[in-house]
Parts: sequence; C-alpha cells; structure tokens
Amino acid sequence: MKKPYNKVVSMEEAMGHFFDGMTIMFGGFGGVGSPPGLITSILEKGIKNITLIGNDTGFPDIGIGQLIKHKRVKKVIASHIGSNPIAGELMSSGQMEVEFSPQGILAERMRAGGVGLEGIITEIGADNEYLAEGKETITIGPKKCVIETALTAKVSILYAKKADEFGNLIYDKSARNTNPIVAMAGEWTIVEAEEIVPFGSICAEEIITPGVFVDMVVPSKGVNWTWAWEKQ
Amino acid sequence: MGMGKAMKSKMAKRAAEEIKDGMIVNLGIGIPSLTPDFLPSERFVMFQAENGILGMGSSPPLMQEDENLCNAGGFPVTLNQGGSYFDSATAFGMIRKGYIDMTILGSLEVSEKGDLANWIVPGKRVPGIGGATELAARAKKVVVVMTHTDKNGNSKLVKSCRLPLTSRRCVDMIITDLGVFQVVDEGLVLTDIFEPYTIADIKEKTDADFSLSEQIRYIPESFIEGV
Repeated sequence: MKKPYNKVVSMEEAMGHFFDGMTIMFGGFGGVGSPPGLITSILEKGIKNITLIGNDTGFPDIGIGQLIKHKRVKKVIASHIGSNPIAGELMSSGQMEVEFSPQGILAERMRAGGVGLEGIITEIGADNEYLAEGKETITIGPKKCVIETALTAKVSILYAKKADEFGNLIYDKSARNTNPIVAMAGEWTIVEAEEIVPFGSICAEEIITPGVFVDMVVPSKGVNWTWAWEKQ
Repeated sequence: MGMGKAMKSKMAKRAAEEIKDGMIVNLGIGIPSLTPDFLPSERFVMFQAENGILGMGSSPPLMQEDENLCNAGGFPVTLNQGGSYFDSATAFGMIRKGYIDMTILGSLEVSEKGDLANWIVPGKRVPGIGGATELAARAKKVVVVMTHTDKNGNSKLVKSCRLPLTSRRCVDMIITDLGVFQVVDEGLVLTDIFEPYTIADIKEKTDADFSLSEQIRYIPESFIEGV
C-alpha cells in the first residue's frame, strides 16, 4: 500500500531543483540551524550565480558562508555579514552585491512572502537615507513609513530537528531562528532533518511548521564544519 | 582590538549597574556580552537574544556546549528557568513592540544628539545593519559601550556622525574607557570618570561638546579589583 503524503527523498533527488542563477532562501543564524548536507551538495553540484536570501552570511567555513567563499553568489539579501569577512571583501570590491535589511524587517519581509502578502509597512528605517533609498513611503497618522517588499525564493532550504513524512517540523532550541519563516517563503521547500519519523507520529501540539509548507524532506548527516567556539 | 581585559571589565561592570531587577535586556556582541559576569547573583533579569531566546543563561562548562543553543554571536549559552525559544520574527516582534527594557550595544560613533553609527565603514569594514536599528529605535533605554577613541586616536564621540547612521537620536547613555555620558535634550552630560583620568583628559580626547554633571562620580581603579 502506498504511504500517504510521503515527501522523504534522497539528496540526489532534491538536487534536481537547483540550477545556476537561481534564488535560494536559507534558514540559520550564524550557521546555527543552517542545513549542512544541502549546502555541501549545492557546492558539489557547482551551482553558481546564486542570489541568497537569509539572516546573515555565516562564517567562511560555516553554514551558507561556504557558498560565498567559493564565489558562487552574485547577490545577497541579508541583515549582517560581519562574521564572514570574505563577504565584506567581495562587497567592497564589487564582486558581490549586498542588500541590507534590518534583521527583524528582513524576517518580516520573508514572512510576508511566506504568508501570501505583498509587503509590510514600517516606520523603522524611514528616516535612514541608506535604508529608505528607493523605497516607496506612506504616511500613517503622524508616522512616515516605508513599504518593504515581500521576499520569496525559487527554493527554500532549512534544517529541522525532526520531520515526519508529511513535513511537519519541530526545531532544536535556538536553531529554530529563521527556519520556520524560511519554510513558508519558498516556492519549493526542502528540509534537511536530523530525524525523520513516520507520518503523523509527531504530537500535533508540538509541531512548529505544518507540513503543508514543505515539499521535500532529506535525511541529515549532521554538521560537517567546526564551530568557531570549538577552535578556542 | 588589543584592548586590555581590565579596560573591558570596568566598562562591562559599569554597564551592569544599569541593569535593575525584573528587566528584559538585550546584549550586543563584544563587551556588552560580558555584563552578566558583573551582576549580583540575586539580580533577577531575563536576557533576550534576537536569534530567538528569552531567558538566556551563562556559557556552559567546557565540553557541555550544545551547538544548537547559541547566542546571536554564535557562541554557546544555556537557558535559565522560565526561558523560551521562538523564531526570529517573534524575537523582533518583542523588540519593536517595546518589551525590551534596555539594550547594551557597541558602536563606531555616537553623536552629541544620540545618533548611532555602528554598521559600516564604507570601503573598509562591513559588519551589516543587523538588529541594531530596531533595538536602538524601540528599546526603552539604549546604552552604548565603546572605546572613547578609535585605533588612530580619533574621538568616537562626535558632533555629528561621519559614518552612515544605524538609527537617529536613540542613545541614552555612553560608557567609554574614560567615563560615562548621559544624552539629554541639550546634548551630552559627563556623569562618571574612570580614575586616573581627569576632566581635562576627557575634553582633550572628545570632539563632541559636553557639559558636566553637577556631581561627577569618580570611579576608582579598585572598581574591578578581584575580577
């Protein structure tokens, strides 16, 4: 009998969704909660000219930062790149475009993309010449606000502690960070999960991301980099 | 930046004095992250981290780190009783809605109007705007902890910022390695001086104008003895 709603696939099958010039949204904060196996596979497949959307650019050898270090990225939309000096160098030398959004505004732009909205309105950054540049403004009561457009991506990649076969997800502590938002915002969402369990075997009260947002689940082999704090 | 441990400690300990019982506090990376080390153990405070933790605790003992329990700087932490985890959008919901009583953060420049510039040195260094814009705009109290001068000896307290701004008119207090300033409507007020520095020393190293508090506190060098 065919299993219902089974989204579990091999890494090879998941890689069929990646191509040059695409937009990828990724989960994670300083590499914590980024999907190690998917990032390694994107590197190995040689995908290039990527537009990346996510909180930050990790570290040169940790998380999404590896794609930047290997010059696979033409543009980044993020809030912070300080932990990856290579990103700063590529930006300053004009080899990679970087668009900054304040961290929580970025999260809301991704969330808007994930919940079918066209954008958000905020006072944050409206009086800042860099942040407001080129953005439409609107006045609400006494407040001058900017319109921040929603963000989506061809593919979203994220990391979960546990997934069932339908893609219902729970996360691990602070590795949750942007992952539930990224899960909703992709046109095609691929989850790398530490543990995969049968359909319906996660307690419904504990599910953070309902499986309807998820298209594929691949098993994780765990983190394959050394954390900055492990080197001390 | 080659800054001595004693200098970092006195700034962090002075910042810790601002943390009162019952506060929700967000700490930036660097010296601000050292302030919990200087809180009395009976102080009840919840630290919020913008990557999705409320009730963040101290660093774990060596070899007991959890790679999926880290602060916003990516370093392992623990969770205190009553703590919770949430996504980044919720973390910034708390921040923008005004639930953060105080944020303590670093900066590259602060103007005498309280403008904050801490995200880019064009052509040189690009930390990125991060969460500082929202924290600075919406936290009830914004405390900047930074060295008084940059590595070339230039004042980081300026009449008006030369670097691109992170947020306007948001800073309430500045703690440097020389002293402490409050930002009021009229400008900067020097309230504390770290000994052995003098008012004359501080005037010489400060581009911004400032007035003197009626009662300046001189903080002795013994402030961090035994730390």
